Amino acid sequence: MTDLLYDADEEALRDSVRALLTAYAPWQRTLAAVDGEDRYDLELWRRLVDQTGITGLAVPTEYEGAGAGFREVAVVLEELGRTVAPVPFLGTVVATRALLACGEHTLLRQVATAECEVTLAVGFATAPDRTPAATAPTSTTRCDPVRVGSGPTLSGRVSGVVDAVPEGLLLVPAGEGLYVVEAADPAVRLTPVVSLDATRPLVDIEFTGAPARPVATGVAAAEAVTAALTAGAALLASEQVGLAQWCLDTTVAYVRQRHQFGRPVGSFQAVKHRLADLWVELTEARAVARYAADRLGADDAEASLAAALAQAYCGPMAVRAAEVCVQLHGGLGFTWEHPAHLYLKRAKSSAIAFGTADRHRAALARMVDLPAPTVEQRH
Amino acid sequence: MSDHTADGLRGLVAAFLRTHDPAGDRTGFLRARFDAGLAWVHHPPGRGGLGAPAHLQPVVDEAFAAAGAPDNRPRRNSIGLGMAAPTLLRHATEAQCRRWLRPLWTGEEVWCQLFSEPEAGSDLASLRTRAVPEGEDWVVDGQKVWTSLAHQARWAILLARTDPAAPKHHGLTYFVCDMTAPGVQVRPLRQITGEAEFNEVFLTGVRIPDAHRIGAVGQGWPIARTTLMNERVAIGGRPLPREGGMVGVLTRLWRQRPDLRTAGLHAEVLHAWVRAEAARLGALRLRQLITAGEPGPEGSAVKLSFAELSQQISGLEVELRGAEGLRHDDWTMHRPVEPDLLGRTATYRYLRARGNSIEGGTSEILRTIIAERVLGLPTEPRRDR
Repeated sequence: MTDLLYDADEEALRDSVRALLTAYAPWQRTLAAVDGEDRYDLELWRRLVDQTGITGLAVPTEYEGAGAGFREVAVVLEELGRTVAPVPFLGTVVATRALLACGEHTLLRQVATAECEVTLAVGFATAPDRTPAATAPTSTTRCDPVRVGSGPTLSGRVSGVVDAVPEGLLLVPAGEGLYVVEAADPAVRLTPVVSLDATRPLVDIEFTGAPARPVATGVAAAEAVTAALTAGAALLASEQVGLAQWCLDTTVAYVRQRHQFGRPVGSFQAVKHRLADLWVELTEARAVARYAADRLGADDAEASLAAALAQAYCGPMAVRAAEVCVQLHGGLGFTWEHPAHLYLKRAKSSAIAFGTADRHRAALARMVDLPAPTVEQRH
Repeated sequence: MSDHTADGLRGLVAAFLRTHDPAGDRTGFLRARFDAGLAWVHHPPGRGGLGAPAHLQPVVDEAFAAAGAPDNRPRRNSIGLGMAAPTLLRHATEAQCRRWLRPLWTGEEVWCQLFSEPEAGSDLASLRTRAVPEGEDWVVDGQKVWTSLAHQARWAILLARTDPAAPKHHGLTYFVCDMTAPGVQVRPLRQITGEAEFNEVFLTGVRIPDAHRIGAVGQGWPIARTTLMNERVAIGGRPLPREGGMVGVLTRLWRQRPDLRTAGLHAEVLHAWVRAEAARLGALRLRQLITAGEPGPEGSAVKLSFAELSQQISGLEVELRGAEGLRHDDWTMHRPVEPDLLGRTATYRYLRARGNSIEGGTSEILRTIIAERVLGLPTEPRRDR
């Protein structure tokens, strides 16, 4: 039976990550980072990598990783969600899953030892069951499909990529294959996007004949990308749970001490019931997220279903948590000086990342045989 | 202690089955199973158990089921098994447990719960049924309501006021009432579905021996809380497979009847599926969390979700059926042992589900319990303390 709890190793990992984030990622620092020119808190990232080895968690020990697994990765993401820390962990994990699928041992070793950062160069909103509709250009994005030229070299654009760092490597699906390209190559241009969630920077990427090395072709390449996006959808749920937990905890603490009409705001039934409903939803979301992380580790047929369920449920849950947090903080929750807006922006953009809830429900409809009507048959 | 593993328990069941014929006398088989400690493995020896971890109970149940052994028909005695037994085990004396637990578990004696009153529903502690000491007995007068199984029950757990002068939560005492005693009158109470699952129970000069008191005089409220928390887990927390329960009825209908499908209802069916699966996993996780201990206020979450889902899904099903949703099957008064939620029409499910957010604690009260006891929010000002 699936274990939906946390084991002792996972709790120990949580403690060490939380201690580090408490010391080095107070929200004032995060707010200052997004308010300034910094795209990531690289000092914090360096500490996380050096002191907890998080980039190697899901990498097998033979490639110098910790050989832990995705349940542990999920626990780290819960803690990062609690702090909306601006570090490129999620993108690293997604790329790691693709590299595991391709058997790219050299790159896995480099990721595990943090020699370089690797990012899957697809739009952050891409769902695991991506179809042309999901990747088509819109009025505000240009997304010329990346073409493969001789050499090989790559040309084209990818819009809205998360966690791409200028010194890192890009894993680019193009044509029938998956290629590695150096982000620092002169034929690659990264253009920062003004994103809804400033704690998770996005870039548009343009390739103009960039030298590329194939790491997978054909079915293997497509499967690696699907596996990576499935992992993203599944693991993002844990980040959403951590984010929602912060919103709930912070709001409960606030309404306990804030008085209006001569009594604590938290003693009003309208307030209590809203928070009770949120707690129930979060309790269920935690079980769903644990299930998704667990199935991902097992890598069985249930993994896709669990990932779709996770994004169908946990994304909207986190948005509601952040919205309740803003609302119940009253005017304070609407100010730039309170961190609630960082959580709302993260939650709302995460609800679109790796596919919206609606998209995942449509995927579930196919997986569990609940087909849409073929035509309007009634009345 | 080596028996307290899944394999150890499977070995004990196998050994039991070698000396007890599962096809033989049902009651004899169940009694022997209780005496062997294979009824509730987490209970202490002598009380139907072995002192083993509670999460191993399914291993035992599955091993017996695989052998075709009779079960104790848990639904027939749901109040006894889900609420009375955990309360007795925690608060009753050795002699009381010896008298009551075995026939309760085997189903030879059905139990009911004399808690709610016409003017004490969600505010249960305001109840007015009185118990007055007289010699070795207590004499009980009052009226109870919403009593499932009262017409079949041999025993009842009863909450009564023994000190009208004390603050309301402190003046209550917990008893076990003999439903065959003179002065106990049971009348069916017809409900929204037309049938009568419940009863009104009138208690007139009912004598209860002091030996049937559970816990100390005036300590009834904390003991009742044990019952209520178990009730919430029992109502919402039965472990189900994916698409078990009402969502399965809905999804089967969707698959079998393409003529009923519309885009709008498709979206609602998918929402319901996702919610049901999240509630199922949430209940499973809660069960894993509390498996060894007592259910806490967290159990209220499971009951709350169950109520909302069953109402949402049953309402959706009536609508999905369109013109068929106008037709009900039967308004004749029946006395079911338990509501036939999966066997009757969608309209029956829709109507019966209205009770899910009322019985065993209203959803409003459960939200308040979660807010105050789980989240630690301040209580609202009250005039009754």
